[in-house]
Amino acid sequence: MPELLKVTNLTKNFPVEKNILDVLLAGRKRNFIHAVDDVSFSIREGEVLGLAGESGSGKSTTGRLILRLLEPTGGSVYYRGKDMISIRRKEMEALRSKIQIVFQDPNSSLSPRMSVGEAIEHPLKIHNMGTKGERKEKVLDLMEKIGLTPASFLYRKYPHQLSGGQSQRVVLARALITSPDFIVADEPIAMADVSVRALILELMKKLKAEFNLTYLFITHDLATAKYLCDRVAIMYLGRIVEIGTKDELFGNPHHPYTKALLAAVPVPDPKRRRIEEMPKGEIPSAMEPPSGCHFHPRCLRAMLKCSKKKPGMREVSPGHFSACFLDE
Amino acid sequence: MNKPILEINNLYIDYPISIGTVHAVEDVSLILNRGEVLGLVGESGCGKSTLGLSLLKLIRPPGKVSGGEILYKGKDVLKMSGSEMLNFRGQNIAMVFQNPLTSLNPLFKVKDQFLETIHYHKPEIKQEEAIRMSENILEDLGIDKERMHEYPHKLSGGMRQRIMIGLGLIMQPDILVADEPTTSLDVIVEAGFIDLLNRLRKRFNLTIILITHNLGLVAEIADRVAVMYGGRIMEIGSADNIFSDPLHPYTFGLINCIPNIELEQKELITMPGNPPDLVNPPDGCRFAPRCPRVMDICKKEVPEVRMYKGRKIACRLYE
Ligand SMILES: Nc1ncnc2c1ncn2[C@@H]1O[C@H](COP(=O)(O)OP(=O)(O)OP(=O)(O)O)[C@@H](O)[C@H]1O
Ligand SMILES: Nc1ncnc2c1ncn2[C@@H]1O[C@H](COP(=O)(O)OP(=O)(O)OP(=O)(O)O)[C@@H](O)[C@H]1O
Ligand code: SF4
Ligand SMILES: [Mg+2]
Ligand SMILES: [Mg+2]
Repeated sequence: MPELLKVTNLTKNFPVEKNILDVLLAGRKRNFIHAVDDVSFSIREGEVLGLAGESGSGKSTTGRLILRLLEPTGGSVYYRGKDMISIRRKEMEALRSKIQIVFQDPNSSLSPRMSVGEAIEHPLKIHNMGTKGERKEKVLDLMEKIGLTPASFLYRKYPHQLSGGQSQRVVLARALITSPDFIVADEPIAMADVSVRALILELMKKLKAEFNLTYLFITHDLATAKYLCDRVAIMYLGRIVEIGTKDELFGNPHHPYTKALLAAVPVPDPKRRRIEEMPKGEIPSAMEPPSGCHFHPRCLRAMLKCSKKKPGMREVSPGHFSACFLDE
Repeated sequence: MNKPILEINNLYIDYPISIGTVHAVEDVSLILNRGEVLGLVGESGCGKSTLGLSLLKLIRPPGKVSGGEILYKGKDVLKMSGSEMLNFRGQNIAMVFQNPLTSLNPLFKVKDQFLETIHYHKPEIKQEEAIRMSENILEDLGIDKERMHEYPHKLSGGMRQRIMIGLGLIMQPDILVADEPTTSLDVIVEAGFIDLLNRLRKRFNLTIILITHNLGLVAEIADRVAVMYGGRIMEIGSADNIFSDPLHPYTFGLINCIPNIELEQKELITMPGNPPDLVNPPDGCRFAPRCPRVMDICKKEVPEVRMYKGRKIACRLYE
């Protein structure tokens, strides 16, 4: 399969704003948050790449940079070989219909004043696609496919009249209406109830097959990543520390952080209670990331050089990379 | 086994609202044995927090308990006077809430939050003694005592969560009700928190009610599990039984609709439909409109809770 998306050395620093709280928190030290730090990966057509890691590791920022909802500090994003950072605005607008994003909280991403029909139609209007009649037909057709039925009834409803599962379907429908081929799904099930999660995951699988989609699936739940993704990248404090196929990453994890994350996942089986020792403490601030390997202060296997040098990405088996000195 | 430390019998809790009454908890009976961890699970809105709050008589009016009893060592909590209740809360039973940032007072240093709590329950305790008590509990929780002088926003999420637990445990209650204690935490911190709860329960012989919709968490720590749906108990049994052989169709759906990292799953079980409207609940079994095994009788009569294969279950399939 050809490469659909390629990200090279992507970097994003946020200047820290100088309000009271920031001053309190940051003192007089450095004034940048290193949200994304030299991230590279690629996604093949039809693939689901998972981006996993704890809160604040830079997953959402990476997703937003790809859609150019944020301007990168450095690095490149190529979509079908086209450099998205340097293309003109007009060309970018055209590409926008091909790349869509789905956010975590359907309630805050849907306008309370737009009916279901209007919300799903909205991107078509923005991109000037079709006549009014054609657009309505397209919306109703997609609503059927996505399980927003009876479509003609729900078409007129407003977000507050929908269940959690229905709202998340509206968000998905709105992302799919312009026939994109690439979707960044940023924790699309994190806010949903367990039974709704399963429905949305199954729906995303079905839609992928039906519309020939490629996903970047952002999640902090490794069990979900394993269920849905072909390959998974693990992020920690702005960097990818390990990336590989699902089988490699879950069956043969290399990076101590990946191992810790895997061991921490609670398993719904009382016979498999966790015994491993957990890393100490919590993620340090992205404002002052630790030197060398970002994980070294928490790593149970850290060596002297881990705090001195940044470990490079090493191929530990074909297509499986890990950034840890233990793999040298 | 000894007599249960807590016994809930046929509890009903209502919230009157403009369009009717929310029947948030209906006919719930449950016992809690000393030293056990009971996981109370079910999806959003099924009445878990309402049930938890009622154990401390914390249901806000106009919400009210409209029937049943809650016996703590044989004594009805619902009949306790205001002053009895003040002592009961904190000293016999304590509750830790979902969001540590909103339940810690941002204006007070950690130390002051502890002193305040101790003073509230036992004004006779001297300040030096109170400080020593607080330092001891912080040590148990793995927090440096210097942290006492910080404001909550300076602490990490995991630390705030531990401080909440500390405040709950400072008066040495027998029962801790923990309502979604880890929802704001990352997995590694959450795993540390589970270890902490396990240590605390041994050290203080604590009885814990863990309210959550995270079934993985329950599998990690609970001895027994109670599954709620639409205000009612569907199934109660040992964690081993519930997870290895869920009998109630709702329990089955709940356990099999989540991705399990240990398995190679081809497809997840899905439960189409929505949770019941608790103002106008469906007749018969609350789960009937979504149940894949529904029978005619299910839609007519509410199934009673019965013993079956070593557990309690409310389903017509097991009568
Ligand atoms: N607009 C912004 N301005 C300043 N800092 C930001 C901004 N957006 C994100 N950050 C910071 O960048 C870092 C990475 O944030 P990001 O939202 O990408 O993490 P994440 O992995 O998506 O986390 P979560 O799992 O909590 O969603 C964090 O430290 C965050 O506070
Ligand atoms: N103060 C209130 N007034 C009216 N209705 C309420 C009130 N508090 C809760 N309810 C309703 O009672 C039902 C049970 O709510 P409860 O908060 O106990 O559920 P829960 O199981 O804790 O849900 P969650 O998992 O979302 O915390 C819900 O339908 C809820 O809308
Ligand atoms: S009583 Fe009937 S509807 Fe309810 S769970 Fe059992 S089989 Fe399903
Ligand atoms: Mg995010
Ligand atoms: Mg609740």
